[in-house]
Amino acid sequence: MSQKVLLNNKEVNIILHRLACQLIEKHIDFSNTVLIGLQPRGTYLAQRLKMMLSDDYNISDIKLGLLDITFYRDDFRRSDKLHEANSTEIDFLIEDKNVVFIDDVLYTGRSIRAALTAIQSYGRPKEIELLTLIDRRFSRHLPIQPDYRGRQVDAINDEKVLVNWIETSGEDAVYLINN
Amino acid sequence: MSELSVDHLLGIKYLNNDDINLIFDTADHFKKVINRPIKKVPSLRDITIANLFFENSTRTKLSFELAQKRLSADVINFSSAQSSLNKGETLIDTVNNILSMKVDIVVMRHPNPGAAKFLSMHVDAKIINAGDGAHEHPTQALLDTYSIRAKYGEVKGKKVVIVGDILHSRVALSNIFALQLQGAEVMVCGPKTLIPKYIDKLGVKVETNLIKALKWCDVANMLRVQSERMDISYFPSTREYAQQYGVTKNLLDSLDNEITIMHPGPINRGVEISSEVADSDQSIILNQVENGVAIRMAVIYLLASKIK
Repeated sequence: MSQKVLLNNKEVNIILHRLACQLIEKHIDFSNTVLIGLQPRGTYLAQRLKMMLSDDYNISDIKLGLLDITFYRDDFRRSDKLHEANSTEIDFLIEDKNVVFIDDVLYTGRSIRAALTAIQSYGRPKEIELLTLIDRRFSRHLPIQPDYRGRQVDAINDEKVLVNWIETSGEDAVYLINN
Repeated sequence: MSELSVDHLLGIKYLNNDDINLIFDTADHFKKVINRPIKKVPSLRDITIANLFFENSTRTKLSFELAQKRLSADVINFSSAQSSLNKGETLIDTVNNILSMKVDIVVMRHPNPGAAKFLSMHVDAKIINAGDGAHEHPTQALLDTYSIRAKYGEVKGKKVVIVGDILHSRVALSNIFALQLQGAEVMVCGPKTLIPKYIDKLGVKVETNLIKALKWCDVANMLRVQSERMDISYFPSTREYAQQYGVTKNLLDSLDNEITIMHPGPINRGVEISSEVADSDQSIILNQVENGVAIRMAVIYLLASKIK
């Protein structure tokens, strides 16, 4: 097994600032926009972006929710292991809001498909966008593309993209792991 | 995520404590789902479930059916009153006929103890026991224990008394197993005639005095007197039973400790508990019903995940 650094701490930080600025460019004061981090791994990125938007760009009152897609997955009974459910925490209305899904890696697009179904349980959003830190090109199973992407990566199927966050692994970094 | 250690839910005695914790943790998520504006998830959209009720049931059947529909499963229902069983068909033949219609999970209630186990050995589907005679009623015990966990945070160390007709009760037996696995202390209380011999071998305390039992416990699970299973007279009259083993508001108020009242339903108001008690703040009877749907969703979801 070998691993290669795709993004180091400094690069992750620069990209996060760019993504925050792109969100501001589109959503301005976020009065009708909500951020939805996808459980489990999208939540760190979502929380980081929310913090950055309020601390560095003075945008207060940003609504952040966490969405779990376990019961909406299309691989129930088809994958080897049973996926552990996480909590969904959305304590505001989604109806007519601009929703931004936030996840760390976009790979096949199936999680996003599941999230698109899951979010319907909370209302009918005005529009839904997708922000991902890493976009694995050429790996999509579904016609789903990000609206905001941190870095595009060419990775073959045997390879895995691992995103580490200070909160869980003590560093902000992205690795390409070859099995 | 770990899986259940069993392929069928035949009784609590086949489960271990990790299984129960897994079911409870999964039920926590489903409880949130059923409290949303849209109370459904699509997980089981390609699963078909047959509910076979060879014995009367209202709430268990409704609760199972609702749980299945909340998981988007296709559901067929069968009750023996309108079936060909009256024409002499055997249980296996009936079930195999239903399975030929490509059913993945069978939920069965049957008057004979061991019917679910028997079925699991002979047919190729996941079996969920919804009550087999006076043997086990695992989902009821799971939802009772889960309701205690929801109320107190944990079951371990809690003192639970099961009051009433222990002899004919599948709820009592399953509850004893589930509560003990979760680390609760269990007592049974009722007239001597309705307490099975040797039940103390299961490690439960036995008490015939209701007041002593209530003073000892944190939770009292009041069982219904199952007149339909009584072949002989076990106590002189319903009135006398109510006087000796019925919980009233006055009795609750006379205790120093505030206990929680549970009842698996259907309630005979004025017999095992008075109306005042059933509707009081100390009663969690309706919470049990809500938890029942979440628990059954969890059990069905976890068993369905094993259908490959």
